[in-house]
Amino acid sequence: MNDFKVTRSRRNVAWTGAGALVVVVVFALFPYIFVSGTLNLMVQGFIVLTLATMWNLLAGYAGLVSVGQQAFVGLGAYAVLFLNIHRLSMFTSVPIAAVFCGIAAVPLWWLVSRLRSGYFAIATWVLATTVMLVIEKIPSLGSGTGLSLPNTPNLSSAVLEADTYWIGLAVTVLALASAYLLLRGRLGLVLTAIRDDEVAARSSGVRTGSARMLVFVIAGIGCGAAGALYAISQLIVQPTAAFSVQWTAEMAFAVVIGGIGTIEGPILGTAVYLILQQTLASYNAWYLIVLGLVAIVVVLVARRGLWGLADDYLHVRLFPVGYWLWTPEALASRRGVTRLLSRTGG
Amino acid sequence: MAWVNAIIQGILIGGLYALFACGLSLMFGVMKVVNLAHGDLAVVGGYVAVGVIAVTHVPVLASFLIVVPLMAILGYVLQRTVIQTALNRSILTTLLVTFGLSVVIENGLLQFINAGSHSLGVGNSIITGSFKVNSQIQLAYLLLLIFGVAVVVLLGLQYFLSRSKYGRMIRAVADDQEAAQLSGINYRHVFGIAAAIAFGTAALAGIAYGMYTQFSPTTGTDTILLFAFAAVVIGGLGSLWGTLVGGIVLGVAQQIGAQISASDQLLAGYIVFLAVLVVRPQGLVARGART
Repeated sequence: MNDFKVTRSRRNVAWTGAGALVVVVVFALFPYIFVSGTLNLMVQGFIVLTLATMWNLLAGYAGLVSVGQQAFVGLGAYAVLFLNIHRLSMFTSVPIAAVFCGIAAVPLWWLVSRLRSGYFAIATWVLATTVMLVIEKIPSLGSGTGLSLPNTPNLSSAVLEADTYWIGLAVTVLALASAYLLLRGRLGLVLTAIRDDEVAARSSGVRTGSARMLVFVIAGIGCGAAGALYAISQLIVQPTAAFSVQWTAEMAFAVVIGGIGTIEGPILGTAVYLILQQTLASYNAWYLIVLGLVAIVVVLVARRGLWGLADDYLHVRLFPVGYWLWTPEALASRRGVTRLLSRTGG
Repeated sequence: MAWVNAIIQGILIGGLYALFACGLSLMFGVMKVVNLAHGDLAVVGGYVAVGVIAVTHVPVLASFLIVVPLMAILGYVLQRTVIQTALNRSILTTLLVTFGLSVVIENGLLQFINAGSHSLGVGNSIITGSFKVNSQIQLAYLLLLIFGVAVVVLLGLQYFLSRSKYGRMIRAVADDQEAAQLSGINYRHVFGIAAAIAFGTAALAGIAYGMYTQFSPTTGTDTILLFAFAAVVIGGLGSLWGTLVGGIVLGVAQQIGAQISASDQLLAGYIVFLAVLVVRPQGLVARGART
């Protein structure tokens, strides 16, 4: 056989799939093993990982550096509060809040889509602030001070924490899985085409505007789900905390440190975030200072992040969304592979 | 009459907002860098002024003579090192780096100085005073002074860019970096000069804000950066005088909002901003440039 062959990955993906399933099952068993402090920390990790995965789709794949994703975190949290006031179960309100944020993303996209790169970034920030100011004008949602969820379910705190944990796990797995599947599908191809050459992509009939909008809406859904998770884990919603730009700082730094433009990067970045946050927890703002400095250094020195460094040496892809070209010689020897399209730029 | 007063006060505060905006606008115009740390650097200027006054006992109004050159040097150094390195990579990298700087500066101020408010009290009755036009309208000397400073800074920048040797270089590099380089211009040095000017005006804005009201570590993003950006967009990207118009429109919108209710002040400003974004994205005074 003297043919070329194109595959998703150099290694068999079935093993990664099985491995991912095992990891999810192990994570699902955590509430039976660990005490509540660990679970709370894990929920925090789920929130950051979900946010980071969404921000990675925006900045790493669609070229949209949004500094206003806290708009959706806040909207998600407030949607849960609103539904809770109307006696909807805390847990069914999470998916509803996520969908609501996806719908809200459409008009917000229309407002900021005219701006590019840096101006897009600050415009989203202004937009998030505006959304917060509007929410603060609603007295039934606690105006400027916020509200505790009035109808918490009648469960023991251990059960409540475990339930919150499982919802967090579900949200995160869904976020990762949908990012992976989207990037493997048509959208992934379109975004690669835009990233490599926007003009060429457009002239080949790619609808760049609608692809970007789709990513913005998906990121709105994901960040809204994370905000909803935040609301049910804290049981209180306050405007300045829910709409804090710190959310965007955390998600962006996790992505950059882990490796922008890969699905694995945000996972690694979230781990770094949790470690730093725990180590420096008693030093107030220090963890954000260190996280920011690390992110700046990584961007300037190793712009593909920690996962990029690992990839350079090990050629591992847990979530292959690109392609490998096997030349006939390589197929024969299974070595000396030429990389045709790698999805790790950015 | 209260409404007339609101409009007059809004126009005067617009001068302050234009001062916020001109450094942001300059850096974007010359090197296509949107400096997300712009507001935090202005606040740093304010804190440096507090420190300089405490140490040297210079009058508040003269503190800018020390602070502005200091911040300009910082601007040149940051541009030649961190920002230039980021620029060599991509525009996205400059955004990530300046956002990182913003977060680091803001939390650094929170950590090392504290979250409390500071201000630059002006111990000068001529400055703290005001004169009455009639029973309802009062003009604060300080706001008049700041407005005057903003106009002088904008005029100075205009003159500098159109007449001076460095101004010509800056315009040349902004127009076509490679052609300018072929003509023997060291564009990195020119970028450094532009950043120095931008940081200097940011410091001036920080000092002016500190004299006008109190500032805290978070003022840099939630007030200065966002107001500066709103002014730039309302006025039109890349137009210096548009920045003044944008600042004035933002100031008037906020003051009119404050007349409706105190909590509507910020919201009214941002609604005007969003309306301009929808109806006239090239800004009120622009030459049709879109970015």
